Amino acid sequence: MLKSRTAPEADGDGYVPSARRIERERFRRARSRRATAVAALSTLVTGAVLFLVITRSPGWPRTRETFFSPEYARMALPKVLDGLLLNLRLLVVCGAAVLVLGLLLAVARTLRGPVFFPLRALAAAYTDFFRGLPLIICLLMVVFGVPALRLQGVTTDPVLLGGTALVLTYSAYVAEVFRAGIESVHPSQRAAARSLGLSGGQALRFVVLPQAVRRVVPPLLNDLVSLQKDTGLVSIAGAVDAVYAAQIIAGKDFNFTPYVVAGLVFVALTIPMTRCTDWITARMDRRRAQGGLV
Amino acid sequence: MRLANRPLRLAACATVALLTAAVGCAPQDASPGGPGAAGQGRQSCTRGQLATVAHGTLTVGTDKPAYAPWFHDDDPANGKGFESAVAYAVARQLGYGKGAVHWQTVPFNNAFAPGAKKFDFDINQISVSAARKRAVAFSSGYYGVRQAVIALKGSKAARAKSIEDLRRVKLGAQVGSTSLDVLQDTVRPTQQPAVFQKNDLAKSALRNGQVDAILTDLPTAFYITSAEVKDAEVVGQFAATGATDEQFGLVLDKESRITGCVTAAVDALRKNGTLARLEKKWLADAVSVPVLK
Repeated sequence: MLKSRTAPEADGDGYVPSARRIERERFRRARSRRATAVAALSTLVTGAVLFLVITRSPGWPRTRETFFSPEYARMALPKVLDGLLLNLRLLVVCGAAVLVLGLLLAVARTLRGPVFFPLRALAAAYTDFFRGLPLIICLLMVVFGVPALRLQGVTTDPVLLGGTALVLTYSAYVAEVFRAGIESVHPSQRAAARSLGLSGGQALRFVVLPQAVRRVVPPLLNDLVSLQKDTGLVSIAGAVDAVYAAQIIAGKDFNFTPYVVAGLVFVALTIPMTRCTDWITARMDRRRAQGGLV
Repeated sequence: MRLANRPLRLAACATVALLTAAVGCAPQDASPGGPGAAGQGRQSCTRGQLATVAHGTLTVGTDKPAYAPWFHDDDPANGKGFESAVAYAVARQLGYGKGAVHWQTVPFNNAFAPGAKKFDFDINQISVSAARKRAVAFSSGYYGVRQAVIALKGSKAARAKSIEDLRRVKLGAQVGSTSLDVLQDTVRPTQQPAVFQKNDLAKSALRNGQVDAILTDLPTAFYITSAEVKDAEVVGQFAATGATDEQFGLVLDKESRITGCVTAAVDALRKNGTLARLEKKWLADAVSVPVLK
């Protein structure tokens, strides 16, 4: 930031800017003013053009009535928010379960020693299978397949079953993220820990995992945002989430406004999460730049 | 300084060009006759010469899969099943023979999306309602429909004698169906109802005991209990709600210019007894089912 000066005058340190410098500053200020003006103008023009194209189009009146009807928005909002409670409940419960299960799977896959081979193989098979299986098929299988077995004491509640299917698929994703983190910790760290007298388990618990988890926070939050949107798929079993609540109204009266409302609600929910992700990432970068506190 | 003016000039040119594009090239309404001629039946219904989507043929839409008893073997073009038969009867009435009818897959949600339609009319068990008429045009009704309840034989829900008895069981219905409206407005159950994308999923949930009873229209209920879920029974039907009976109608584009002709054809088929005859042929008789009050 340049201090603006109009006339040569002595500063406290006796510095007097030259006429050329003042001229240069003035020129730069003029340029930046002009850049701002041009940006504002082009934004206005773009906005005006979009506005005209949309509102002058022949189908606009019907589009407005079908997608942006205030009356339907008012009707839909409470029901959409009711449904959103289900999304949030699923997000919290499944999110916690996914993190725990994903970490266990990743640890199982990175265990050393020949005795653990079956465990490693099982964990690898699990992640391969559930990462590849389309989520919607996993949901159908669990939600409609498990009750068909008629097992005693096994729930038939579609929300619980749907949540289980989400955990199965997402824990496979998250396990791979954790594994990448664990494998990115330099072997010298483990070696140093062992040489200090920590057991293998202690080295993992106190040295490797803290570094690994910290490194993969951004992709983890990414998966969490993705999970938040996929919770709606549980509605395949008849449970009513936010998007489904919108579809029920839309299907009844042939008006799409509820979808728009639900979409905006989801965006409003995702923005804070994204900001949180950015903030955590920035904070970690700052720490690493300071010479990396582990 | 000549260089410095270039962005300004560029911006000015771009502005002019964009505004011209916005105002001058706004897409024009493509339908001949424009929006003024929307479906007032002003056009004479010359047989086989209507203003259809594809000239000389009648394009009829329905969802896939097409369910019995409305269609048979998921093939709307075979003339079997009530709605397939009705579509061909309406086409014949309009002067289009069997060869001039072209079927098009139209998912339920697309049938009422704004914008130009790919079909002349859509036949997909869609009930006529005042709110829906703001989005699409309907022909007159071709079938007066009743809603019914299905439950597994011997279950608590199957012993229901009144709407009051259904209030405490877990109910399900298909999204966008009037069955769901009846569930929410007439039955008003104490538990949150299950809402399914398709009746297939509702049937699975009923078999699995995830819901105690499901609501469908009566012909579908008969078909499900006789052919698909044999250990289920039709518990009862609901009396017609409101002043008029609920009707299925053919869906047309709000701007369609053949709505009048199609309505006239449906009316003629009702008058000469064709609709009643097709109903008798393809749909079971509903007299034996108790009415839930």
